[in-house]
Amino acid sequence: MTQLQVLLFASYADAFGASAVSVTVCEPATVADVVSALRLLPGGDSLPSSPLVAVNRRYTPGVVRVRSGQEIAVIPPVAGG
Amino acid sequence: MIRTAIVNAVIDAAALLAEVTSESTGATTLFVGTVRDVNDGRAVRGIEYTAYAAMAADELERIALEASQRFDGVRIAVEHRVGELALTDISVAIAIAHARRAPAMDASRFVIEELKRRVPIWKREHYAEGDWQWVDATLQHNDVGAP
Repeated sequence: MTQLQVLLFASYADAFGASAVSVTVCEPATVADVVSALRLLPGGDSLPSSPLVAVNRRYTPGVVRVRSGQEIAVIPPVAGG
Repeated sequence: MIRTAIVNAVIDAAALLAEVTSESTGATTLFVGTVRDVNDGRAVRGIEYTAYAAMAADELERIALEASQRFDGVRIAVEHRVGELALTDISVAIAIAHARRAPAMDASRFVIEELKRRVPIWKREHYAEGDWQWVDATLQHNDVGAP
């Protein structure tokens, strides 16, 4: 098991009541595993079925492995412009 | 020449225009997005922009690099503002210059559409009635190209 920090923004930060949370996942863990762990936390039901996730500031598909020390963020629907 | 930035201060669109213009560029486009007073039928009094600042800066730069590869020879300057903006304030400015008009105009459209699709920036609209709401662009339709 390993603990990972996940950054939250905008509507997701409001839903979870925090700008970052910790999740515990079994190793080896994927992006999808992190999302599944997030769903178990208070506010987790606000996440869509396949939220966008960035690892080290790049959008990353669910099948990709994640490791402790990486910068993991869940990205709400963007609305720049 | 490429310069992109996420900024907290007022955007000087004319300065971006001057930045990309050179003796070899015969065509320059300037796209300016501003805060408007109505969205989805509701009176808006201002917008608060927030960003995943580090990734937004990276993603914006990646988009400009992609534009420079697709439209060879373009000179690009882009700024997106975050913080509290009032009506008519500039939220984004995209200045692009090229020897010819077609690449400049096409690159401008490419940058704003990719920015709206990919750059992790969010806006919270504050309404005249006093309430607010995060804007979910995925729920809006027929707004291609809208700021």
